[in-house]
Amino acid sequence: MDYAIEARDISKYYGKRRPRLALDRISLSVGEGQLFGLIGPDGAGKTTMLRILSTVMELSSGQTRIAGFDTQKNAEQARSLIGYMPQAFSLYPDLSVIENLNFFADINGVPHGRREARIAQLLDFARLDRFQHRRSALLSGGMRKKLALACALVHDPKVLLLDEPTTGVDPLSRRELWGILAQVVLQGVTVLISTPYMDEAERCHQIAMLHQGEILSQGNPADLASDLPFDVIEVKARPRKAMRAIVDQADGVSDWRPVGDRLRLSVQNRNGNGNAKRILKNLQSQFKRQKMEVHILRPSKISMEDVFVYLVGQQRGKR
Amino acid sequence: MSDFALAIETQQLTKHFGDFVAVNNIDFAIPKGEIFGLLGPNGAGKTTTIRMLCGIMKPSSGTATVLGHDINRDPEAIKKQIGYMSQRFSLYNDLTAFENLQFYAAVYSVPRGERAKNIVELIEISGLADHRNELTRNLSGAWRQRLALACAVVHKPPMLFLDEATAGVDPVSRREFWDLIYEMAGQGVSVLATTHYMDEAEYCNTIGMMYRGELIAIAEPDVLRASLPGILVQIECDPIDRAQAILDAMPETLEASVHGALLHITLADARFLKKVIRNLARNQIQVSQIEEVQPSLEDVFIALVSEYRLKAEQDSDVNG
Repeated sequence: MDYAIEARDISKYYGKRRPRLALDRISLSVGEGQLFGLIGPDGAGKTTMLRILSTVMELSSGQTRIAGFDTQKNAEQARSLIGYMPQAFSLYPDLSVIENLNFFADINGVPHGRREARIAQLLDFARLDRFQHRRSALLSGGMRKKLALACALVHDPKVLLLDEPTTGVDPLSRRELWGILAQVVLQGVTVLISTPYMDEAERCHQIAMLHQGEILSQGNPADLASDLPFDVIEVKARPRKAMRAIVDQADGVSDWRPVGDRLRLSVQNRNGNGNAKRILKNLQSQFKRQKMEVHILRPSKISMEDVFVYLVGQQRGKR
Repeated sequence: MSDFALAIETQQLTKHFGDFVAVNNIDFAIPKGEIFGLLGPNGAGKTTTIRMLCGIMKPSSGTATVLGHDINRDPEAIKKQIGYMSQRFSLYNDLTAFENLQFYAAVYSVPRGERAKNIVELIEISGLADHRNELTRNLSGAWRQRLALACAVVHKPPMLFLDEATAGVDPVSRREFWDLIYEMAGQGVSVLATTHYMDEAEYCNTIGMMYRGELIAIAEPDVLRASLPGILVQIECDPIDRAQAILDAMPETLEASVHGALLHITLADARFLKKVIRNLARNQIQVSQIEEVQPSLEDVFIALVSEYRLKAEQDSDVNG
């Protein structure tokens, strides 16, 4: 398989006198045409990783390649294949939408003959055509993100690197952005996106979970979820107090916690899902015996947050 | 006469800024000891609502009671009984964790006899013991957040307002933060939390969804989910782009979107599923897995907003 993005043992230190390790031997590879998510909270090292991949920052050790080009030895070739959208607003606020696109076409050397068609295509794609003469300072947050994305795509890059494009974006714009990204990927572009939102992991083919400069785990989201040694059961029954008492005493429940209007129970799955089935049945009969109102009693999908929390716990245990 | 079993009750609460209607005629009631989440994008009116409820901004019309006190007539009584924590924690970086708590205890005029006891207790339950003498500027984001929460409740308020309080915090710390909130709610503290972050809303017992100043839904998370018409199905198929185009063209599918290697489709009715599968097979699409999935609160919010917009368009057609 050809990898569009490869990183081997990337480490990065900040500061000279008392160096702080921001990335600790990160390795990842992204196949051509894949959508790869770098998932982690603030301060995990996501921005540093994206800056290194986009050739704007030097690494302390390790090696990265973009479409086979070493980003240190062949930085120029690598850079011409990359579209990079930094987290901060990178557009010219006093230029209009179309002027910004033309500017980015200029600095990326997009020839005039191809430019008009490409820009028209991107305006249509990002549904910005109606706003093409609006100054970018006057765009809504969601539209700015779409424009920044269009600017990063103007030179037809093979690899698109996006640093937290959905942070602080409202839910409707966020969904629209992901819809656009899915189309970009279907057109064959390889995308690496960073995000602090665990629920966005499921939009990616492959993910790496980053925490304090280290990769906790990587793979496809479904495999990461099924690798956990427990299943999750959701319960909502009333009265609440009686529900808690029953769950607390239930056999085989290793842990439970309240989440909103329900409880989430962790049950071991060492021998397949037999344990979860048995517990569901057992709870059902206890609720019935006490004549309780049962709203929810079902196996629940493991969330990426469950995965992250578990992996951090494992890492702490190792130390 | 207000009902004292209620932490908050609003009546046609409204706020205008000039021509702009920031909060439009909202009505809701929250029982004591509940964790109520106000959910909506930036600019939906959440912060304006909180400011009015805290007694620091007068409504243009309508009113509300907080713990039985009217926000128009008795805002001072409210200020004494609430704790408030926002995304920008107002902590003093050059004070230690302990000194920040002492400072807030003095600001809230906690009687001297109770101060030491309250602070020790809060340091205990928030797990700050190992950090009590550290300068606040040296604490990590998650510890600062816990300290900010401890400071907001140092006077033991029966009502707590959280305004985007957990943005940017890692999931482990966020869970621990919510464990603390649940513990307080268990002791009878009422909580109103705002967030634009949909999966954060999962932590609330009851959710109000706000959009353009209006409260467009209010219910428990599971009731909101169940209110979505139709079903959400996740299918694994190949080639996914052609499958999406085929499904998009079918009137039975309300939406078809790509999620990584999977396709999420919303069907107006569960009975349409068979037809969808048949159509995919007829077009030589390999379907390897089909599974019904629970809609997220974001799915619910987006459906409600689309409905709201459609209705707003129709209304303007009728009137204009």
